[in-house]
This record gives sequence, C-alpha cells and structure tokens, in this order.
Amino acid sequence: MEGVLGRVGLWFVVLILALGAYLGAQDAGFAVHAVIVGIVATGLLLFTVMRYNPLTAAQSIFKMPPGPSRYDDDVIRWGVIATVFWGMAGFLAGLIIALQMVLPELNIEPWLNFGRLRPLHTSAVIFAFGGNALIATSFYVVQRTCRTTLAFPGLARFVFWGYQLFIVLAATGYLLGITQSKEYAEPEWYVDLWLTIVWVAYFIVFLGTIVRRHEPHIYVANWFYLAFILTVAMLHIVNNLAVPISLTGSRSYSVFAGVQDALTQWWYGHNAVGFFLTAGFLAMMYYFVPKQAERPVYSYRLSIIHFWSLIFLYIWAGPHHLHYTALPDWAQTLGMVFSIVLWMPSWGGMINGLMTLNGAWDKVRTDPIIRMMVMALAFYGMSTFEGPMMSIKAVNSLSHYTDWTIGHVHSGALGWNGMITFACMYFLVPRLWNRERMYSMRMINWHFWLATLGIVFYAASMWVAGITQGLMWREYGADGYLVNSFVDTVEALKPMYAARAFGGLLYLSGAIVMTYNVWMTIAGKLRDEEPMAQAAHDPAKDRPITAVPAE
Amino acid sequence: MSFYDALRHFADSYGLVMIFALYLLLCGWHFLPRASKHAEEAKHSIFKDQDDGE
Repeated sequence: MEGVLGRVGLWFVVLILALGAYLGAQDAGFAVHAVIVGIVATGLLLFTVMRYNPLTAAQSIFKMPPGPSRYDDDVIRWGVIATVFWGMAGFLAGLIIALQMVLPELNIEPWLNFGRLRPLHTSAVIFAFGGNALIATSFYVVQRTCRTTLAFPGLARFVFWGYQLFIVLAATGYLLGITQSKEYAEPEWYVDLWLTIVWVAYFIVFLGTIVRRHEPHIYVANWFYLAFILTVAMLHIVNNLAVPISLTGSRSYSVFAGVQDALTQWWYGHNAVGFFLTAGFLAMMYYFVPKQAERPVYSYRLSIIHFWSLIFLYIWAGPHHLHYTALPDWAQTLGMVFSIVLWMPSWGGMINGLMTLNGAWDKVRTDPIIRMMVMALAFYGMSTFEGPMMSIKAVNSLSHYTDWTIGHVHSGALGWNGMITFACMYFLVPRLWNRERMYSMRMINWHFWLATLGIVFYAASMWVAGITQGLMWREYGADGYLVNSFVDTVEALKPMYAARAFGGLLYLSGAIVMTYNVWMTIAGKLRDEEPMAQAAHDPAKDRPITAVPAE
Repeated sequence: MSFYDALRHFADSYGLVMIFALYLLLCGWHFLPRASKHAEEAKHSIFKDQDDGE
C-alpha cells in the first residue's frame, strides 16, 4: 500500500513539474514536450491507481521477473517489438527524405521538410532501432553468458521505458524544430539530461548483472557491450555540455566554441559510429553468430586483440571528419593515420566472425539466418575498408561533402548494423515466445534478398553520385573559373537520387516482410512451406543392383 | 612553456609509450602459455545453456 502511495505521489510530482514547465515555457517546442511528459505522468498515475490490487501488486504492468529459476526476459520481448517498430518508422522516414531529393514538392513546410525529417531518420534508425536492439540483445546475452538473472529488475524496466520516452521527445523535438545542430546529438539539453539518467541506470543494470554472474569468465561479447555502454556515456556527457538560456526554454549554447566545438562534436560523432554502431553490434556478432552456427568463435584470442585494438584506436579517428578545415594540420593527420591503422583490427574481427563458419559453410545455403549474418560481416569488412580509404586526405578531397559519404554510411548501416540486427531478431523471436521456429523461413530468405538488393542500389548509386559531384565541383575551365554551379551538380545527380530511393524502397519492403513474419510468429502461427534445402532422394532408385539371369 | 605545450609534449612522449605498453600488456596477457586453456574454455562457455534457461 505504501509502495502504491509512493508511486502515485511520484507521478503526481512529475505531473505538477510538467505543468509548471508548460506554464513557464519560453517557446512552443518546450511547451509541447512538457505536455508529452505530463500525459505520460497522468497515464502512469491513473494506471497505478486503477490497477491497484494488493495480491498482484508485484506482478503489475511492469511484469516483475518470475524468480531466480527463469531468465528475466520481459524487457527483452518489449525491446524486440520496439526494435521492429522503430525500424519500420526509421526506414519509412529514410524513404520519404530520399524521395524529397527527387520530388521537392514532398517537402511539407515547416514540420516535414528535409531539414527536420533527416535527423528524425538518423536518430530513429541509429538510436531507436539500433538502440533498442542493443538494449534487448545486451540483456539477453549478459543473462545467458553469466547464467544469472538481471540485477535490479525494476531499474531494467525503467531503462526500457525511459529510453522510449527519450526517443519520443527527440523525434517530436525535430519535427517542432528543436535542435542543438550537432549531428547525431540533436536533442536539446533537457532531453540530454534525461538520456544521461537512463544511460547510467542501464550501466548499473548491466554491470550489476556481470558482478552477480555464476560463470567465472566474462564472455567477450559482454566486454564489447560494456565498452559500448561506458564510452557512449562519456561521449554523450562531454559533447552535450551546454548552458541553457532558460530553465523553462528549449534553447542552449554549447560550452565549446569554434574549432574546439567541431572537434568535440566529431570526436563524439565518430565514436558514436565506433562504439554504438560497431562495438555494440560486434557484441551481438560474438554471441549470436557462434550460437546460430553452433560452433564456437574461430579464435578467442583474436577476439581479445580485436577488442583492445578497437578500444585503443577508435577514439583518435574523429578528426578525419574535419579534413581541410580550420582544425590544425597535425590533428587531421593524426585522425587519418589512426583511421588507416583501424583497418587491420576491423578485418581481424570480420575474419574471426566468418571463420567461425569454418567447416559449416553449407549453412549459408540452408540457413537464411546464417546467410544474413555472413552478409552483415561482409559489409562490416567492406565498410571498414572503405572508411580508412576515405579518411586519406587525397581521397577525402574528392569524397568530402559528397554523396559518397552517404553511400559509405549506408553500406555500413544497412549492410552491417541492419543485417546483423535482423538476424538477431530472427534468432530471438522463436526463443523468447517459445515457438518451434519463425513463422516462415522462406520469408527470411525474401527479406535477405530484398535487403541485399536494396543496399546494392543504394551504395552503387551513391558512389556514382558522389564521384560525379566531387569531380564536377573541382572542375576548372581554361579561364581559371569553376565550370559548374552547384545546381548543375544537382541536375546531374537526380537520376542517382531516384535509384537510391528505389534501393530504400526495397530495403523497407524487406523490413515489412520481417514485421509480418515476427507478428505471425508471436501470434503462434507456423507457415506450411517447403524446407529451405533438401538433398535429393528417390526411394525407388535406392536399391542394390540385382543380377539378371542370361537369356 | 604553456600548459597546452606541457600536455602536448607529455602526450607525444611518455603518454604515448605508456598507452602503447598498456595495449601490449592487455593483449599479451592472453598469449601466456597458461592462458590457452582459459581461452578454449571461454569460447565454449556459451554452449552450456542449450535449453536457453527453460
């Protein structure tokens, strides 16, 4: 009873604070966010009061774990559903902004123009789709590899729901025009503070679970997850140091200025790639690829070298985003050198993942989940070769500010992050909902080919577009003047933008197939279909040769 | 010498050597002769739970 009163009181205080923030708001965006927080608090307040039942108080909406004999999987189930949902939202936003580049009429002012939808797309796919996949898989892997249940189950639930609130505040903020104009760190100061609280809670749950493990060794996947959680906390806090103009307004000023601000931003930005999109997803790779292949990782020692090399190298690579800017030359060279050195450990990790299939390569033909994992690793290899190459100053002078960069990012994001996440979802859903297999294995195959073809269209069109753009921008005539104006390049690239949008459509179609497949699996259905592969067998011919008597 | 210069010279001399030594130590640790048994155990440890806790 006291617990319920306490919770009612807590939600009431949050509601009053939100009301105060709404009344004192300095701008419309902040007022809308206060209303969103107020609605969530009111919902939780009503829910706590209405659902109060002394017998089931512990097993309320937030489904506390069943006990120490079972893994605490509810948060993971929610995380899987959230990953699929936000993935669809993020891919759709991506398709819309790709179409806006071809059909400018689709820029619906002011809320749905390119400038506001673009951060919505990047944050939805990186932080909402990728972030939920990381939270779900990290809670799954840390429990299984430590052979224990989640530490602080209440806090784990707070991490999930708090993270969803962060996503909603960030996404609505972009549409309302609230941004601090830092790429991949657009949310303003109060949303950043909220994410810091959620992230520290995530760190406590994860580390607490490792501390109470029943296995003596901490499996390498947990090292990668822990590095991801810790480093993202550090990056997020430092890059978002800002002074709000007013405590009831959405605007703030960064504590850094000029080139220091730019370097801090790209130290953050590149390590968001390095630790959010690489270390975290490598953790998935080091657990789910061996599990799906039913073979241990090729070399455990190579995985350790992979880990420490990424940790020691990635943090220095950020300046390659600032080639030929006001950043000191030595810092640019430093960023370039470390980016090139990063190539080797990245390929070491890729080889380690691929060689895990050594002796089981037939599974690429028979198991569509393994096929997705192999494609993910292939794209990890390709983008970790392309990235170091593009960080070389001479190459960068052609590629910088062009669509080549966009193509590079998407071969990593769609190929590596997307494919490994889809494979993990297909691994997790039947296990989490206690089903024999996914509703349809053939649909996984469809998803694989739609996604792969989508990436091919995307990356190829952006290579052509980027190199065209780079060459047109640097073309001088005999008179010493630039030959092309900016709009000339836009005209030249339009067909490539259409091809890119088509690639995005294919990728989204694949995700729709996955959503249907996941939906039907959760509903408990099994599609009646031919298995993926069967060796030919004709019982009529399966006979010894009998001697025929001579005539 | 300014504070910036002092930090900069530390970073490209002793700091660099220390970080490099730390890296070699952390990687080399797993290549000691007695570590091979642990690595073998660790890579098979994820298959102990074939029933996924059910």
